[in-house]
Amino acid sequence: MAPRTKSSRNPDLIRGVGKYSRSQMYHKRGLWAIKAKNGGVFPRHDAQPKPEAPAVKPPKFYPADDLRATITPGTVLIILAGRFKGKRVVFLKQLPSGLLLVTGPFKINGVPLRRVNQAYVIATSTKVNIDGVNVEKFDDEYFAKEVEKKNKKGEGEFFEAEKDEKKTLPQGKKDDQQAVDAVLLKSIECVPDLKTYLSARFSLMSGMKPHELVF
Amino acid sequence: MVKGRQGERVRSKSNQYPNTSLVQIEGVNTKEEVSWYQGKRVAYIYKAKVKVKGSHYRCIWGKVIRPHGNTGIVRAKFTSNLPPKSMGSRVRVMMFPSNI
Repeated sequence: MAPRTKSSRNPDLIRGVGKYSRSQMYHKRGLWAIKAKNGGVFPRHDAQPKPEAPAVKPPKFYPADDLRATITPGTVLIILAGRFKGKRVVFLKQLPSGLLLVTGPFKINGVPLRRVNQAYVIATSTKVNIDGVNVEKFDDEYFAKEVEKKNKKGEGEFFEAEKDEKKTLPQGKKDDQQAVDAVLLKSIECVPDLKTYLSARFSLMSGMKPHELVF
Repeated sequence: MVKGRQGERVRSKSNQYPNTSLVQIEGVNTKEEVSWYQGKRVAYIYKAKVKVKGSHYRCIWGKVIRPHGNTGIVRAKFTSNLPPKSMGSRVRVMMFPSNI
């Protein structure tokens, strides 16, 4: 059909009120003729196959590129906030979400394999040799919260069962911790005083000015 | 965290602007030294009689925005304006967000 501007066949009397009723419009639009041509039924077109979903747009922000130059695998970091504030900790790798994967090691200062945000960390110039530590398997899903199964229980049982379920860390995670730490501990013990350094907390003493400290 | 004293509001002779407070950080005495602290979070902690979330202590968070003048005073903006009774009181300047 020749392209034509769509002008309504139903002029407005006032805004919102047309001149013609529905049945009059039905006649004017010729729907009766279209139906007659199509055997009494208004013609339907099957949905056209959708064009392939557009390729995933490259993300605008690559968190992995945003890593400070001072933070390299094996650097000792000072955690500034949260439960482990002041702890000195070994940096392992940066996860795809941009968070840093870090470990105490657990035996030395009680910090487990954990994710930490770059902004809440000071990188020191001390480095630990982490050759031989296999961190391939850790990513953000590893740290995702377990989805709690919904079990409908009777009122009486409800409270008891909840207490039992919450506490233990799955053995698999403990094994992972030990596997990573075993290698790290060897490298740490090679360096004099590094173990005591990592087990000590960082704190500001009287007269210490952070803007003058060299980390 | 670094200790600081929080004091006056930003003001001109007859008008004060309560949305920005001035903070004196201990040990910071020049405008150049302030650049380390820019963006750092600041906390004003105070006690109240009524327990909120299990604690008598309450906190108003803010951040260091810019230096104020040449001698190390700093402007800080808080999530809500600081109450007048806090003038002259202790404020904690944190070491995060860190850029080292």
